[in-house]
Amino acid sequence: MSTIPSGRRPKHLTVGRIGMYCFILVCAIFFLMPLYVMVITSLKDMDEIRAANILNLPKELSFYSWPKAWSQACTGFVCEGLKPGFFNSIKITVPSVIVSVGLSALNGYALAFWRFRGAYFFFGLCMFGAFIPYQVMVYPLLKIEDALGIYSTLPGIILVHTIFGMPILTLIFRNFYVSLPIDLFKAARIDGGNFIKIFLYVIIPMSAPITIVAVILQVTGIWNDFLLGLVFAGRDNQPMTVQLNNIVQVDYGVAEYNVDMSATILTSLVPLFVYFISGRWFVRGIAAGAIKG
Amino acid sequence: MKNSVEVKNISFSYGKTEILNDLSLNIKEGEFMVLLGPSGCGKTTLLNCIAGLLDLSDGQIWIEDDNVTWKEPKDRHIGMVFQSYALYPSMSVEKNLSFGLRMMGTAKDLISEKIKKAANLLQINELLKRKPSQLSGGQRQRVAIGRALVRDAKVFLFDEPLSNLDAKLRAELRYEIKKLHRDLSNTMIYVTHDQIEAMTLADRISVMKDGLIQQLDTPKQIYNKPANLFVAGFIGSPSMNFLKANFDQSNQKIILGKKQIDISKYENINNLINDQEVVFGIRPENINIEKNEHSIQCKVELVEPMGADTLVWTSVEGNPISIRLEGSSNYNLNDEINISFDIKKSSIFDSKSEERI
Repeated sequence: MSTIPSGRRPKHLTVGRIGMYCFILVCAIFFLMPLYVMVITSLKDMDEIRAANILNLPKELSFYSWPKAWSQACTGFVCEGLKPGFFNSIKITVPSVIVSVGLSALNGYALAFWRFRGAYFFFGLCMFGAFIPYQVMVYPLLKIEDALGIYSTLPGIILVHTIFGMPILTLIFRNFYVSLPIDLFKAARIDGGNFIKIFLYVIIPMSAPITIVAVILQVTGIWNDFLLGLVFAGRDNQPMTVQLNNIVQVDYGVAEYNVDMSATILTSLVPLFVYFISGRWFVRGIAAGAIKG
Repeated sequence: MKNSVEVKNISFSYGKTEILNDLSLNIKEGEFMVLLGPSGCGKTTLLNCIAGLLDLSDGQIWIEDDNVTWKEPKDRHIGMVFQSYALYPSMSVEKNLSFGLRMMGTAKDLISEKIKKAANLLQINELLKRKPSQLSGGQRQRVAIGRALVRDAKVFLFDEPLSNLDAKLRAELRYEIKKLHRDLSNTMIYVTHDQIEAMTLADRISVMKDGLIQQLDTPKQIYNKPANLFVAGFIGSPSMNFLKANFDQSNQKIILGKKQIDISKYENINNLINDQEVVFGIRPENINIEKNEHSIQCKVELVEPMGADTLVWTSVEGNPISIRLEGSSNYNLNDEINISFDIKKSSIFDSKSEERI
């Protein structure tokens, strides 16, 4: 006698599903393995590291590599650890992110709502600028900055990051603004807003989700940058990534793997932190209540 | 009466597509003008041109004896209500209402006074602290109307304001817009594709198609004496019945196949020439079921009871004909009926030019 099904859909665990979970598990292990090695190596002392059991847990926890990486490790002739690099990176990243995101939002707004003559050409230029590899532009830019007298200075490296960030950010903002209801913009014009007022009072308050995306992109991009920092920042403003490289690439003496690992983890903490706190912001609503509900 | 809005020979094109070409329209002070037409007829474009949201390629726009052709939207003494409401999502209702005034630098106590007045008029006092996302569709549209109200606009522009609402709310707000016009007596220009809205609200309707005004007249005239086939077919639901026929001058009849219709009572019969190809148009309510010397025999093919009235479908020489009868009338499929036309209320169009004769 068959019964009529009722209630919740019964749970099925199929072979395919088990296979999928296994695959996901293997992937996770594969990607987490380096992190695991980094963390446990940073907690071993050099004797244990020399014993070459790379996957073994430390027999004795030793934390001395962390403060050493932070404030004592030698980069070239100076032995101040990563600390100056960390603050340099902050000095570079914060203004670069603020300037590039702010200007790109304004650009995107102009491109989306004020269809000036040649807007499409400008849009095409942005696309081109966003996808051309920036190594091509390093040397000309270096000559320009040299002529301007800002090569190897803090404003110099900030300018470079701002310039390289703007094409892609402008596109991101423009595409976001194009998706907003145009009637809002029309209403604001009738209500007496001008170019700047509409941007400040109507558009910016609606830009939170896309601004967060832009900030994440820029913070991680600029923080992780190595090449531009190496070329444009100058000796006094070397970012954390460049100093990390100097710590790891020792030409003499002993390679202190535990210090290297600690230094690497320290350097990547900022982008990691940004990803963790920002995840939930991605899914926030956009123009809730503006259009029909 | 003086004109409030004058549209003088304006043209507008998107790139190479011409939307409006040499269009003129005068709207009297205090008039409720409805721009009616199917989508893509240029009615919203015309409204946006009047609002200054689109730049003309030719012509002039005058509002309140002021040439505003190249003035910013904010300097045109207008208020506008959009189909999508277009409320600023980050601001409370109160801030939405006051935004325009704040942009103009109006004094604070004057702003709150005006908001109070508008909120009372639209019954949105309780909603002032809410955000747009916490409002229903009808409430949002009220707020959007309020935003136009507080600005003391001389001319109100409505861009399909009720299209996003459900039928019941639509009727409610339609009534309120009409009342608002009665109380404020501002000039209002209202774009819609809904003929019921047009008929009920308008002092005059401008029926548009392909960027051209097909007819500009009172709702009554447009309904009873449509200027051409397009207007005749567009206005009225169920729509006008059309029969293709030829005019027989000697008998004062039109002939379709084996059937003849006596049109000697048609007002402009003298303008017809012998053997002219015409389209005979008659509204469903102007057909009677009765037997007389002019009546035509046919069969009931479909019955649609609609409550207040009943629609009976039949056909004459293969042309479907709908007849609007009282709700209580009782006809069944395949009943033999005799129908006669109220010729005085019919419209006859030339089949080539499609103009009314």
